[in-house]
Amino acid sequence: MFVRGLKRKCFDGEEDIEGTLAGIKAIPSYNLQRQSLLDMSLVKLQLCHMLVEPNLCRSVLIANTVRQIQEEMTQDGTWQMINTQSTGQASLDRLVSTDILCRSARDQAEGKHAPAYGTFNKEFESDQAQDSSETMSTASSVQAPRNLQSNAWEMENPQENKGNFQKSLDQIFETLENKSPNTVEDLFSEVDNSYYDLDTMLTGMMSNTKMGHCDSLETFSSSTNTASNSNCKSDLNDLDHIVEILVES
Amino acid sequence: FLGAGGGNDIQWCFSQVKGAVDDDVAEADIISTVEFNHSGELLATGDKGGRVVIFQQEQENKTQSHSRGEYNVYSTFQSHEPEFDYLKSLEIEEKINKIRWLPQKNAAQFLLSTNDKTIKLWKISERDKRPEGYNLKEEDGRYRDPTTVTTLRVPVFRPMDLMVEASPRRIFANAHTYHINSISINSDYETYLSADDLRINLWHLEITDRSFSILLPLFYIVDIKPANMEELTEVITAAEFHPNSCSTFVYSSSKGTIRLCDMRASALCDRHSKLFEEPEDPSNRSFFSEIISSISDVKFSHSGRYMMTRDYLSVKIWDLNMENRPVETYQVHEYLRSKLCSLYENDCIFDKFECCWNGSDRQVEFLSLIVMTGSYNNFFRMFDRNTKRDITLEASRENNKPRTVLKPRKVCASGKRKKDEISVDSLDFNKKILHTAWHPKENIIAVATTNNLYIFQDKMN
Repeated sequence: MFVRGLKRKCFDGEEDIEGTLAGIKAIPSYNLQRQSLLDMSLVKLQLCHMLVEPNLCRSVLIANTVRQIQEEMTQDGTWQMINTQSTGQASLDRLVSTDILCRSARDQAEGKHAPAYGTFNKEFESDQAQDSSETMSTASSVQAPRNLQSNAWEMENPQENKGNFQKSLDQIFETLENKSPNTVEDLFSEVDNSYYDLDTMLTGMMSNTKMGHCDSLETFSSSTNTASNSNCKSDLNDLDHIVEILVES
Repeated sequence: FLGAGGGNDIQWCFSQVKGAVDDDVAEADIISTVEFNHSGELLATGDKGGRVVIFQQEQENKTQSHSRGEYNVYSTFQSHEPEFDYLKSLEIEEKINKIRWLPQKNAAQFLLSTNDKTIKLWKISERDKRPEGYNLKEEDGRYRDPTTVTTLRVPVFRPMDLMVEASPRRIFANAHTYHINSISINSDYETYLSADDLRINLWHLEITDRSFSILLPLFYIVDIKPANMEELTEVITAAEFHPNSCSTFVYSSSKGTIRLCDMRASALCDRHSKLFEEPEDPSNRSFFSEIISSISDVKFSHSGRYMMTRDYLSVKIWDLNMENRPVETYQVHEYLRSKLCSLYENDCIFDKFECCWNGSDRQVEFLSLIVMTGSYNNFFRMFDRNTKRDITLEASRENNKPRTVLKPRKVCASGKRKKDEISVDSLDFNKKILHTAWHPKENIIAVATTNNLYIFQDKMN
């Protein structure tokens, strides 16, 4: 229902889409997909801190991707607040299929000027053959309609959230406090406050960051083997013990 | 003549497959590196469990002149063990990242094997005789009471069953803060380099009479760590010494650049002699452009005039005299370009594929004409520089009839799929071929799937 309402409001003349899609799945706009890519990248950066030292190359590449997105969003003024207030579940909803981002810049330029769903028909035709058998995408596209509605609201107020976004990203890259999010909700709600020095983040030198809660995020990182929090605590106890001995001697 | 026909005119046939048959792959069995020695007689594999398995080629059977010798297990040993870094509270994986053979100088073979942090020099030697008839020792090794010795005799060597022993001779440790991605032996055979994400160290091999030692590097020759780690945007991804010039080496980066350095210019090669970089194609730009430009492997050609780099979608051949663009580019799996988002999501976009040149032909030395590299769905690709033809083959147990020529594969990128073609969406991205090796002298190739090693040879006429 939401999808239909939204379409009637924003995108005229696309009624045929509803029939073919059965109103469940919708291909999101470039901005939404870019936001989704940003969220996905931030999740990946957090998930870098596993039992084994993280792969620095991978971390650097993901961090560079985040910077690129940030720069582009700065340039075209479409600030979207990283969802600090809503629950983690809603944040996962934002991770929609990002096929559109695979298209080249030239295609993007064509698509961008039209209303977001104006390009939909073209995409849908080419995707139609592949969509049903697309096994790689693990995005929660079923939840996209709810997402679209909430994001439509945000699209109306792009400027307000600019400051928050910049602050969040900077804090991720530049500040020093070690804080381990204990739940998925914390992961996103504390993104303003979860301070990670880039050095420690990239080289995995954080003591508190073993993620024991990544089950729901597992689809986004295929190779994680997360340690339980209890392992970390005993390791930290060992470390404390060793430091004690060193200090005393 | 290898070059004339090229990749397509070599008819590849299945020869052998090593490894477990069942689909349930044990993590420790995942093959992480494959390397022929300088003669091609030995083939080494390293795995995620820290083990090295060396296969030896049988001497050619005179009666069966149509097939070359098979490779059988020669030696297996545990090269690296898992470690725990107490300071960082992190595990150090025992996975073997690279193996490099030293050229053979005497009866024993030497190889370097490395995990993320520590490089080891292993001596592999055969023993097929043992001394018998000691005066002071019993046959089982117990010492005799000297007062019971009444006569003297000279110990003699008697034959025994062949035993292959691997013993560590040198340990090169504590020189890498980050993960070692490359080791490369210098053409002087006295030194070698090891590269991690931010640093390249130079070591002396120290092949001396000293039986065992733990060594520190001579010095570091490249260090790209910024003063402020927040400024880090580029890492070293691979490095290799020039095959002929012992002061020259290259290293590649995560931004798709290659730097050539000369150690004669300065000990610390913080300024490169040459910078190889292809300008970006603006029409193909996306958020994933940088990631897919990251170079996963760099290999000099036999002559040293060219080098080859592998990035996520392509193989590029560079002429060392031309820095501003590659002389040739080969698309490995261009059909993946429209799938980059999904591949980013499932992390496949970070897969590091290697590449290799053909071996040098008996008749024509040092011609690097064919490129081989892996892809997904257990496919691997070959490109012939002369004919510009390419071929896609599959490493699969279904093709395991010896002397039957492998059928070329084709991936259907879009549109109607023809018979025998495979559509992009049917590709299995868990079946990746990251490591391949080509026998240095013959048309025999070793292709590693996740946990199996395939050996193919050309159909000898």
